Amino acid sequence: MTLKSEAAALNGKPVQVLKEDGSVIDKRLEPSLSSEDLKKLYYTMVLTRMMDERFFKMQRQGRIGFYLSSTGEEAAHIGSAFSAEKEDWLFLQYREPGAALIRGFSLFHFACQILGNSGDLTKGKQMPCHYAYKKGHLLSISSPVGTQIPQAVGFAWGAKIRNEKSAALAYFGDGATSTGDFHVGMNFAGVFKVPVVFICKNNQLAISLPVQKQTAVSNIALKAQAYGIEGVRVDGNDLLAVIQATRQALQKARSGEGATLIEALTYRMGAHSTSDDPRLYGDEMTLEEWKKKDCILRFQKYLEFKGIWNPDYEKEIQTQAGEEISKAVEEAEKLPPPSYDTLFEDVYSEIPPQLEEERKGVSHAGL
Amino acid sequence: MPVYNLLQALNDALRTAMRKNDRVVILGEDVGKLGGVFRVTKDLQAEFGADRVIDTPLAEGGIIGTAIGMALYGLRPIAEIQFSDFIYPAFDQIVNELAKYRYRSGGQYECPVIIRTPSGGGIKGGLYHSQSPEAYFIHTPGLKVLMPSNPYDAKGLLLSALDQNDPVIFFEPKRIYRSAKGEVPESEYSVPIGKAEVVKQGKDVTLISYGAMMTESREAVEKALEEEVQVELIDLKSLVPLDVETVIGSVQKTGKVVIVNEAPRTCGFAAELVALINEKAFLYLEAPPVRVTGFDTPFPYTLEHVYLPSVDRILKAIRQTAHF
Ligand SMILES: Cc1ncc(C[n+]2csc(CCOP(=O)(O)OP(=O)(O)O)c2C)c(N)n1
Repeated sequence: MTLKSEAAALNGKPVQVLKEDGSVIDKRLEPSLSSEDLKKLYYTMVLTRMMDERFFKMQRQGRIGFYLSSTGEEAAHIGSAFSAEKEDWLFLQYREPGAALIRGFSLFHFACQILGNSGDLTKGKQMPCHYAYKKGHLLSISSPVGTQIPQAVGFAWGAKIRNEKSAALAYFGDGATSTGDFHVGMNFAGVFKVPVVFICKNNQLAISLPVQKQTAVSNIALKAQAYGIEGVRVDGNDLLAVIQATRQALQKARSGEGATLIEALTYRMGAHSTSDDPRLYGDEMTLEEWKKKDCILRFQKYLEFKGIWNPDYEKEIQTQAGEEISKAVEEAEKLPPPSYDTLFEDVYSEIPPQLEEERKGVSHAGL
Repeated sequence: MPVYNLLQALNDALRTAMRKNDRVVILGEDVGKLGGVFRVTKDLQAEFGADRVIDTPLAEGGIIGTAIGMALYGLRPIAEIQFSDFIYPAFDQIVNELAKYRYRSGGQYECPVIIRTPSGGGIKGGLYHSQSPEAYFIHTPGLKVLMPSNPYDAKGLLLSALDQNDPVIFFEPKRIYRSAKGEVPESEYSVPIGKAEVVKQGKDVTLISYGAMMTESREAVEKALEEEVQVELIDLKSLVPLDVETVIGSVQKTGKVVIVNEAPRTCGFAAELVALINEKAFLYLEAPPVRVTGFDTPFPYTLEHVYLPSVDRILKAIRQTAHF
């Protein structure tokens, strides 16, 4: 059964596989997942949420400068990243740490990036949460919202031109759908039937701005129609619905039928970032409503039905995740900052003479 | 050896590159069937197909954004921006994305996109078909910026750009697309990036220019010779990286320098060259460096001949410097 027909029948209501109590609504939509997969998914969700807590705390302690949490949105990015094949590539926005973990980005490297130290694969060149990990097919994250969307399209288009089977996944928020790059990316993807999957995590907010003020259309998935591509709206707090939708979209992409826009409805349960103060604009009632729909809770109940989850299991993995984070942070904090030489590296393939002169000036200054 | 104009030389360079490497693709507005509004990509779609010579929708940000993705995938995209006046919708993708991709990924990724774009005035194009926006891009670390002044360099520089792995903004002086003619080897060759050329030796004054303004500069240098002022003429070709050695070496020899570019004066590339010369050759200077540039106004329509540095204005600057 395809989500397309399901979504059409729902008339704007998001597709669900799991009820809030964790039971399966329609067996035909339940993705096939081994118990190993299920455990990996659950562990990654728990780990991601615990990382949020830990790094937020570390920022308050002055140990790191900045952090962006994804609390409440784990299913939307972890489920979709999990559905990608090895040969696929991910263009993240910045609020998808669990997707990075799924692609093999280690917690140690994650911590080094946040510290911007000499263990950082990007050599301390970007602020926290802006990693790049080529081995895991994670492109480089940048701050300007939306820029990754046409880039993902170009990338997947490259695969199509070369007749190779990679697809690209472009992640972004509801705020990003107002950018010119969103429009341009969707339009190019439609015209050239590019094997790309757009994953809009509609977390209802762009810093302080509610989605109702971002767009006059109540259903972002509908926007796909204007570009001649398919739009699917799923419950983004339903891990299995996200997986099912991404799998179908990727299958479609690979069979040459072009792009899909998946709108995953979810909620940003925390602040925009460590620099933000949601008390100035937030809405406690809405938060309480969404807490009941928490994606981790729902998946946990499903696993309980499956006989995988129980309170002891929870304790066990929380201990494991806690230790994993502590170890990574501890190891990372031992490392010094990158050498000043790295400041001048990677601007060009080689350091041009004028830049070399600037570099020498720094070393003469005896920094 | 065939004699080509700038358009033909560029077309030949593109064909040569595409035959050699099937990862080279061209994308832009009207580049396919039409061959571009200036015909630089003439007949290429017929030879290489619509998958490699791609007519895109009208969206510069989309052209550069997707070209970045293609380069990251491993293609060698050559994006055409129809007029450099229309490059600004893509400014963010160029300045924040393309230029910084290698740096911000700690060297894990590289993004060798070439952006070809006709620039400069003198074709009765008014505000929006005449601009010389090179300074914005010269000011952006991570980009290489090239501007040939003749067919030989145009082909050689474009082929060099394809032979390295950094993003390149390749400005084409459209005023001389057809008028600049010269012998161009049919085979593959390269003109090195980062090397200026001393076009004419002289001992009295150094004149530095690039692009279309080399035409007026050359003429002014000839006229100066009639007045017994020997001008050393330098064609920069590569604005980033800059051949500092050639520039400074010449100024140290002559002690006098005139810089000609058609972009607005304030913070134009001529200003940077003056600063550099002051830093590196101050004690050799026998006269204040002089800039001959466009004015700090938008590019005019009717009075463009007044706006653009003319042979007379350049000659006046040479005299002023020579007889200081
Ligand atoms: C082009 C641009 N404008 C403004 C900002 C500042 N900014 C950072 S995140 C953000 C909100 C983005 O919202 P959304 O796309 O919904 O993603 P979310 O943060 O909710 O995950 C803004 C305005 C930016 N990074 N880039």
